[in-house]
Amino acid sequence: MRGGWFKVYALVYLVFLYAPIILLPMFAFNDATVIAFPLSGFSTKWFAALVDDPLLRDAVRNSLIIAVTTAILSTTLAVFAARASTRYRFPGKAGLMGLIMLPLVLPEIIVAVSLLSILLMAGIELSILTVILGHVLICTPFCIAILSSAFQSLDRSLEEAAYDLGETPFSTFRLIILPLVMPGIISSLLISFTISLDEFIIAFFLAGTQATLPVYILSQFRFPQAVPAIMALGTILVCLSILLLGIAEFFRRRGLARSGAKDTGGFL
Amino acid sequence: MTAKPTMIEFRDVQKYYGDYHALRGINASIRAGEFFSLLGPSGCGKTTLLRTIAGFEDISAGAVLIDGKDAALIPANKRPTNMVFQSYAIFPHLTVEENVGFGLRRARLDKAEMGRRVGDALAMVGLTGFGKRAAHALSGGQRQRVALARALILKPKVLLLDEPLSALDKKMREQMQVELIKLQRQVGITFVLVTHDQEEALVMSDRIAVMFEGRIVQLDDPVTLYRRPKTRQVADFIGTMNFLPATLLSDTTDGCEVEVAGLGRCRIAPDQAPPGGNGQDTTVGFRPETLTILFDGQAAAARETPGTVEEVVYYGDMTYYDVKLDGVASAVRLSMRNVPGRPVLDIGTRARVAWSPDALVLFR
Amino acid sequence: MTSGGVLRRTGRSEAATGLAMISPTATYAILLLAAPLALIFIVSFLTDGYLEIIRTFTFANYIEAWTNELYRVVMVRSLLVALSVTAVTVLLAFPVAYFVSFHVDPSRKSLWLFLITIPFWTSYLIRVFLWKVILGYNGVVNSSLLGLGIISEPLQWINYNVGAVVVTLAHAYAPFAILPIFVALEKIDRSLLEAGQDLGESRVMTFLRVTLPLAMPGVVAAVLIVFIPIIGDFVTPQLVGGPEGRMVANLIQLQYLKLDNYPLGSAIAVSAMAIVTLVSLLFLYLNRRYLRGPGS
Repeated sequence: MRGGWFKVYALVYLVFLYAPIILLPMFAFNDATVIAFPLSGFSTKWFAALVDDPLLRDAVRNSLIIAVTTAILSTTLAVFAARASTRYRFPGKAGLMGLIMLPLVLPEIIVAVSLLSILLMAGIELSILTVILGHVLICTPFCIAILSSAFQSLDRSLEEAAYDLGETPFSTFRLIILPLVMPGIISSLLISFTISLDEFIIAFFLAGTQATLPVYILSQFRFPQAVPAIMALGTILVCLSILLLGIAEFFRRRGLARSGAKDTGGFL
Repeated sequence: MTAKPTMIEFRDVQKYYGDYHALRGINASIRAGEFFSLLGPSGCGKTTLLRTIAGFEDISAGAVLIDGKDAALIPANKRPTNMVFQSYAIFPHLTVEENVGFGLRRARLDKAEMGRRVGDALAMVGLTGFGKRAAHALSGGQRQRVALARALILKPKVLLLDEPLSALDKKMREQMQVELIKLQRQVGITFVLVTHDQEEALVMSDRIAVMFEGRIVQLDDPVTLYRRPKTRQVADFIGTMNFLPATLLSDTTDGCEVEVAGLGRCRIAPDQAPPGGNGQDTTVGFRPETLTILFDGQAAAARETPGTVEEVVYYGDMTYYDVKLDGVASAVRLSMRNVPGRPVLDIGTRARVAWSPDALVLFR
Repeated sequence: MTSGGVLRRTGRSEAATGLAMISPTATYAILLLAAPLALIFIVSFLTDGYLEIIRTFTFANYIEAWTNELYRVVMVRSLLVALSVTAVTVLLAFPVAYFVSFHVDPSRKSLWLFLITIPFWTSYLIRVFLWKVILGYNGVVNSSLLGLGIISEPLQWINYNVGAVVVTLAHAYAPFAILPIFVALEKIDRSLLEAGQDLGESRVMTFLRVTLPLAMPGVVAAVLIVFIPIIGDFVTPQLVGGPEGRMVANLIQLQYLKLDNYPLGSAIAVSAMAIVTLVSLLFLYLNRRYLRGPGS
């Protein structure tokens, strides 16, 4: 059968991709402190342990503030850049877009140390604000990638038709462009929220004393007795990201369906 | 159709895109209430010219006047023109009704009046009952009608149509051509159509401006344009035309005397021989349908030349023949209507071909 | 400015409108990306003083970074790890991308891509930690193999070493490799492949002579997008690499956060970036030669 071996291979590959995620709930609900097989029994005590941890509560709060702010800021910046790059020709466009998109390929540690250097030099104290600055930098390219395809699939004559029928540039943006790219905006918000929530390196360098969720998680790995609770936390996070990504994917597809464009798949 | 007032006037309109000279001095007037077409190959500037009327393109020099007013002073959203876009530009997130009524938003009409006008517009394009449909659930022909209704609901002075039929299949296109003509007569406003399809332009227009490389090379009614194209380029673009080299012998006010290679000496009426040029080497052109094959038993014509059939193309209603006339260097194409009892000739058949000097057009 | 003015001006000052529109994002990137990058470049030539940076120009940091045995070993190791991870990731990913593009029903392609991307978005640190659990001395792999009687004592070559780092990173960067290759494969006109076979080539030769060259831009993108960021990863080496698995990012982190030696840290960072850039350019050059073919 043609493609048969490819299919087998692809399924094995999926198992490889999902191996850690499948293990996660097993250990989260396992009634033992040691993360190893065989499993000893079902328990929800590690989830209960999460509730009473004040450090975790702080970390979650910090991460949520950072992720929400990052999502809004990077999506806003991305709307400007995506609109400019898909609609207008201007000098230096390739260079500016290259710079803006650079964090996609730049090692995060380079972004982290260079930001750290300039912030310290400018005398700005490290806090969740400085983490937000870094996260916006690395999330914006992802948002632009999503929004560019949303703006690109907009037929330019839709705008012209609205002007032609008497609307102003502003009301055209509100009545035509915004509703049509809204699915892209929503999926951009969700993706940048997810990236920010999970980002570790920049947060580790720039958070100062205000730990984020990943920073907290790494610190807990030092204590073997704390690890099962982290598995429980991880399980919750995985469910949350699958939910958010599912919603993002739903809106992305709806956006494509609305504008009648062909689905090329994927977020990237 | 005489002495109608001017609706749109182009005065030496120039347009540059960087170094590219897109419109090279357009001078023309479009009359109120006429169906006017801009016809030309892609890249000739016809769409650019249309968009200068709508206000989507600035002009580099010259002036566009709409109903006597300088259009440069009127922004696109305030001009008394509305457009049907090539892609139709139906707002995909709105229903048919919301699309058609889009332009009325600023008029702040009450609900009943709004509904009545949208209903009228939909009825006009034959879409009554489609109001609640989602825009993306429409067929190509329906989208086109929605675009028409949406543009006409504001009662513009001029309706601009940018290749509105190019996305439709042949049957649908021919049907819409007729409907557009009827619609234009019904609403009585000026229609300006951009098309690259010469047949479409001939069928629909009161007058046609043929454009090449940023210039209008001929502006005439369809009959004149077809019968008396001013240049070989126009003749070639509109329909099929045979060309034969000819030597100009004399040129007087009552016609030209030419010696056509293989056909002999003949006289061409002044209106078939537009002035210009100064050499003796000219070309004459004639349409395929002006030549006739004489079958056995038919009386001899005033002018006939024998030849050999080189190619036969059967079209059902017509048959096209390429015939090599004796003494003529290249084969000429002629078309014969297939009437009952008339045979279709085979390749290699000898035939008598009748022609008339009245059908010749002189190009210098 | 009248309301229609914006539109009427588009022809004349499209450039100005575009620049104005991109300026917030561009300003942000210039201030917080270009300027900081320029800064660490400058700092890498300055001298480290105790608790402060002394503004005297020096090559000392680079000399230290390039001659000190410790740094050199780690740099070479990082490069080798990054290269092998890239090779493993892209080679493993290609058949998957090929399968999804050529053998999956178009209506289900999105679902496959979604399934492939999901693990990528889920808590990175915990995923890395779980690889440690899977590959560890008493880990899932070893205990299963022991339990099945396939091995008599735990395998040691899979835990706390460079191999574990490679596996973990190949997992982490999988979607980065699959997606660009998939996009390139999707763009290939299917009739070209039929033409290849129609002209007498076998399926394998058609793949080699038609599909692969046309998919090359995707493969190149995949290689670069995997290779470059891997140099900057320091969690994976730290968690699953053991003492012999440390990479250049760990050195940078050490200089910055533990030893407070910014100039040396910057010099190492700049050197790492320079090496990555050079290798990438070399790769692009070789690829161009390949695509031009042996004939010309």
